[in-house]
Amino acid sequence: MSALDTAPSSTNGGPVERRLNARQATLRFLGRYGTLLVFASLLLFNVVFTPNFVAWNTLTLNLTQVATVVIVAMGMTLVIATGGIDLSVGSVMAIAGALAPLIFLDRIVPIPSHTLGVALALTLPLLAAALCGWFNGFLITRYRIQPIVATLVLFIAGRGIAQTFTNSELQTFNEPSFQFIGKGFVWGVPVQVILMALVVLATHYLVRRTALGRQILAVGGNEKAARLSGIDAAGVKRLIYVISGVLAGIAGMVVVAINNASDAARVGTLMELDAIAAVAVGGTLLSGGRANVLGTVLGAFVLQLVRTTLLANGVPDAAALVVKAALIIAAVWLQSRAERI
Amino acid sequence: MAHILPSAPSSLLGRFMPRSNLALARLGVVLALLALILFGALRYDGFVGLFNILSFLKFNSMFALVALGMAFVIMTGGIDLSVGAAAALASVAAAICSTYGSAAGILGGLSAGLAVGLINGVVITGLRIQPFIATLATMLAANGSALLLAGNQSVSIATDNNFMAIGLNNFLGLPIPVWIVVFAYFGGWLTLERLPVGRRILAIGDGEATAKLMGLHVERTLLGVYLFSGLMAGTAGVILASSSFAGQPTEGIGWELIAIASVVVGGTLLTGGVGSVGATLAGALLLGLVFTVINFENGKGWISLSSSWQPVIRGLFLLAVVVLQAKLAGTRRNSP
Repeated sequence: MSALDTAPSSTNGGPVERRLNARQATLRFLGRYGTLLVFASLLLFNVVFTPNFVAWNTLTLNLTQVATVVIVAMGMTLVIATGGIDLSVGSVMAIAGALAPLIFLDRIVPIPSHTLGVALALTLPLLAAALCGWFNGFLITRYRIQPIVATLVLFIAGRGIAQTFTNSELQTFNEPSFQFIGKGFVWGVPVQVILMALVVLATHYLVRRTALGRQILAVGGNEKAARLSGIDAAGVKRLIYVISGVLAGIAGMVVVAINNASDAARVGTLMELDAIAAVAVGGTLLSGGRANVLGTVLGAFVLQLVRTTLLANGVPDAAALVVKAALIIAAVWLQSRAERI
Repeated sequence: MAHILPSAPSSLLGRFMPRSNLALARLGVVLALLALILFGALRYDGFVGLFNILSFLKFNSMFALVALGMAFVIMTGGIDLSVGAAAALASVAAAICSTYGSAAGILGGLSAGLAVGLINGVVITGLRIQPFIATLATMLAANGSALLLAGNQSVSIATDNNFMAIGLNNFLGLPIPVWIVVFAYFGGWLTLERLPVGRRILAIGDGEATAKLMGLHVERTLLGVYLFSGLMAGTAGVILASSSFAGQPTEGIGWELIAIASVVVGGTLLTGGVGSVGATLAGALLLGLVFTVINFENGKGWISLSSSWQPVIRGLFLLAVVVLQAKLAGTRRNSP
């Protein structure tokens, strides 16, 4: 931090400067580790006060509840790192979630082999989700439409598309091989938690260890400079929206598998807000050029834990929303204050 | 159309010709609206009947109000995601307060909307948090507060006073919500086109730092804009409560995005600095009219579009408009 940066906030002079520095250090510490501190204190509070909190079931329940948010939020982190936003994730979840049962229930075309049907049900919806993501990226890069407007198109239309697939009917099913992704366990760990972990690791690796990761950050930091240095900025963006779409598709299928049913009107509603909130609380600035992957995971965990804590202690879900709101404001305020030091 | 630098039309012809591609895009919205009305009038019986027109205007008055508030926020380069939740909260507050008289009901609803707007404004200007995040948070908070206040169910309004008249009665042949829209949009137009604060709003949208250096009261103006958006949401909430006889804590989900779509269809860029009150109204009416046309088409029995097609068609509409806008504005935005 140069003297120029601190000048406006301090009145100069030795002792004043030092006192401010102590305050600044605290602020920066809170900005960096505040979310972690909240997480730790929430855990501690629950361990002490919430009955039956320290139990394998509590852990897996919370992890299964947060898994889909984390999966979607990984895509959102990448999108936000490029300076964009993806409002369509919830609708894409609904599309993928509506398609999968249609395929293995033979509602589209009769598929002779049962295994083939399930295999297609696990892959074709992801292709559709990828197509949705590609469409978002296409609008944004080809026509230079702002991401919030471009993804608003699918946000509005996507759920309707999913409902027309299913005639707005609730599709119930019982298909253990497909539902493995939502209800299965591997060594006692729910499959969607394993999926979540894999997605998080892959995203972390992508951002930290690959050239594409650097390119994402470069495009989000300064698109023009990135283009001038030879990065295919439009290509990077399109790929990121495709990734966000596919991850939303995975989440949509997991939700449907858990519920034994696909309800196009409900799958993934408000998911875009949960994902964006996780990203914001996790310390990724919405202006782009940064991607704090593990921060997003922490952000999603904190928001989940707040909800669990309040519910477990008899606070209604509606009040949890207000607390969540305050938490988002506080986290973002602290981080941006720490940023400006 | 308003722009920060009003360029005086040089000739009489110039006065009627669009001065920029964006103005052309706005003209397009109005033309599309007229074309759709003409299409409906020729194709369906009763489409231009008084009953249909009045119920269409009444139903869309809430969206038009929310869109007006959103238009001003977007002109400053911000966004207000809380409008739908604020309207829901206002409808609950209005329903609860209506037991103390119709004035109390109106006041309660408006203050709930203003309170959300105030928090938005303070968080955005005081804590310097991006509008997207700030209003996302207040959206959650307003949604939660509405559910808490209402006890997770709709709250019926008092029926022994005049509160329900707002949503039911006509004044000089027009439903009262429609009059409210007329006044709000006239006030909005006056503010944007004729008052200094209008220039200030556009200047902030063009560049907040520059506006600050020019000595404009940026913070005060932004606070005012978010208050106005909250007030519009509050008004929509009062109308919602009065016309549906209940405060609806779960209504309003997605209103913010409909409002943003109306503003965008009305040719206002989300980057701020330009905007038009009239085209926003045209945008809101256009999106509403798509619904009405589908309903009438279903009524004819040729095709049967289920309700799930409505969002698809609305999405396609938004798509067509933004792609068209991008094409028209592309040349201008690429060469600053």
